[in-house]
Amino acid sequence: MNYQIVVLIKQVPDTQNVGPDAMNADGTVNRAALPAIFNPEDLKALEMALQIKEQYPGSVITVLTMGPERASAIIRDALSRGADRGIIISDARFAGSDTLATSYALACAIRKIGEFDMVLGGRQAIDGDTAQVGPQVAEKLDLPQITYAERLLELNGKHIVLTRRLDNGVETVEAELPVLVTVTASAPDCRYPHAHLLLKNAKAQAEIWNADAIRPEIERLGLKGSPTKVKKIDNVVLAHKEGVQVECSEAGINGLVMTLVQDHIIG
Amino acid sequence: MILIYCELTENGQIADVSLELCTKGRSLATQLGTGLEALVCGNQLKDIEKQLYPFGVDQVLKADDARLFPYRTLPHFALLSQVVKERKPDVVLMGATCVGRDLAPRIASHLRCGLTADCTSLEIGSYEDKSKNKQYDNILYQIRPAFGGNIIATIVNPETRPQMATVREGVMKKEILDQNYKGSCIQLDASKYLKKEDEAVRIIAREIEQRKINIKNASIIVSGGYGVGSRENFEMLHQLAQVLGGEVGATRAAVDAGFAEGDRQIGQTGVTVRPKLYIACGISGAVQHRAGMDQSGKIISINTDPEAPINAIADYTIIGDVCKVVPQLIACYNKNKK
Ligand SMILES: Cc1cc2nc3c(=O)[nH]c(=O)nc-3n(C[C@H](O)[C@H](O)[C@H](O)COP(=O)(O)OP(=O)(O)OC[C@H]3O[C@@H](n4cnc5c(N)ncnc54)[C@H](O)[C@@H]3O)c2cc1C
Ligand SMILES: Nc1ncnc2c1ncn2[C@@H]1O[C@H](COP(=O)(O)O)[C@@H](O)[C@H]1O
Repeated sequence: MNYQIVVLIKQVPDTQNVGPDAMNADGTVNRAALPAIFNPEDLKALEMALQIKEQYPGSVITVLTMGPERASAIIRDALSRGADRGIIISDARFAGSDTLATSYALACAIRKIGEFDMVLGGRQAIDGDTAQVGPQVAEKLDLPQITYAERLLELNGKHIVLTRRLDNGVETVEAELPVLVTVTASAPDCRYPHAHLLLKNAKAQAEIWNADAIRPEIERLGLKGSPTKVKKIDNVVLAHKEGVQVECSEAGINGLVMTLVQDHIIG
Repeated sequence: MILIYCELTENGQIADVSLELCTKGRSLATQLGTGLEALVCGNQLKDIEKQLYPFGVDQVLKADDARLFPYRTLPHFALLSQVVKERKPDVVLMGATCVGRDLAPRIASHLRCGLTADCTSLEIGSYEDKSKNKQYDNILYQIRPAFGGNIIATIVNPETRPQMATVREGVMKKEILDQNYKGSCIQLDASKYLKKEDEAVRIIAREIEQRKINIKNASIIVSGGYGVGSRENFEMLHQLAQVLGGEVGATRAAVDAGFAEGDRQIGQTGVTVRPKLYIACGISGAVQHRAGMDQSGKIISINTDPEAPINAIADYTIIGDVCKVVPQLIACYNKNKK
């Protein structure tokens, strides 16, 4: 048995290293000012796909991303870790997509890729933390969804069994293929790139598809296809409290503790 | 009409996050001069509507069926999407929990409407689309910190309905409106909504844990950020929390670095807390973090950087190294406590 797997990956600005120039004046993200990385949970999704391929070596893993052409960096990374094929959908007409328009474009691209048994994705992308794209792609493809997947327990032809990490515990679920799965941060880490694949893919070009290639209804793409609008962006003016500077010395700290005890805040 | 999708706890009560949304939904509905409805899907719901009326819910829609508990995406999707089509609410609010975050996007995709995750505030106002020269009134402002530095975005869905938003537990206040508020209840026939295909995912096993870490109700929180430096150094915060009778919280940077468990994360995408005392150790004070703690009674900031934004909202600032200051705090407390 071999499986056709599509993994949704996204290149994201590294939100751990956000500087003051991270936003443009119009409220959009200034991606140029930030290092771009492979969304961490998408790496976990890729690992789940690679585990399946390890067990069923004839399986084919296609990684798919919507983004600028420089997203080929994560495509090369995925290929070096063992993915078979990489596709970027890239077009000015995708610009300004919210999650609804993004999931629509991704769903069109997945249809174009063809037959599949599974679509895997990360639970959420660290640039927005919305966790919306996975379930929305599932709905558009009319697939059942399994979110917050942590471990793959079983896969046999028609069935998949997975654990899900919930707010308050763990659930084991079973579903028939095809299915869409989003993988959560506590899933196993992704293996490292293979040296020989790194060399082989160093100059690899991802396949780049434009909007026409995925045969969409054009008005459902980009800004036009996005019902959410940003009304305004406020710089938070910190309501400056008249705070007390406590001297960083034993006397200073002792004084603070005494005040807090007197005010019945501690003690 | 405003519709709240209600979640149930393991023992069949309405979840706090849903009651908080009822309170918020009530005040928005009153402002709009419209009604508030709540959908509850579960099994053996008995008099569940009575838990909702005091929060000002006018109409409870209840679907009682064994297939609806525990939560699974497709059966709940079938119910909520149909109910929205039938009743056409202007606004749908859901908890930003693992249930709400699983269900809301699928619904929004199906109805082709907008959805904003993790709102920290919801308001009503107008919106002007300059490019279309159109004015929209009574629009839901979905307000949340946005990517990057100190930025708050107000998001609107002018054209599509319903306007959907998710909100984390603890962000809105839960307040009874009137113990004797008069609402009514409609029983939905679940069999009319559920199809065989909705059974595509089966639950084989569930292990529900009691939440081990309960920072939401702690009256003192010692919270650590990336500046604490290591998991070992975090031990000091645990010691301080222990002597003060509090709990340990963390920033996302500290959680990502592995210094603390995810359950301890405070902020827009973590827990919202309002303790009597919040001690911020090695925390810069990004807007996403402040969103979860700026309602604290008193805030102490311990930071090596005098310019750290957190200091601006602190009642007491100690400019110094966490590793030196925290042990001193413990020693001074032991000396001064009554
Ligand atoms: C969509 C999204 C959602 C997010 N949600 C959350 C959320 O829910 N909660 C959250 O916390 N963050 C969240 N963040 C991340 C947030 O933007 C910040 O990156 C994060 O809060 C920073 O954490 P920090 O203050 O620990 O780290 P840093 O910003 O790195 O700050 C470390 C601080 O420690 C100080 N310091 C260093 N060494 C010492 C020392 N020895 N002693 C004392 N002080 C020292 C430094 O001066 C600095 O002020 C989110 C981000 C995004 C994009
Ligand atoms: N532009 C994109 N291209 C490919 N996959 C995406 C894109 N945006 C989101 N995804 C996938 O959807 C998941 C959730 O993203 P989000 O809804 O943005 O939090 C990510 O972890 C990816 O797997």
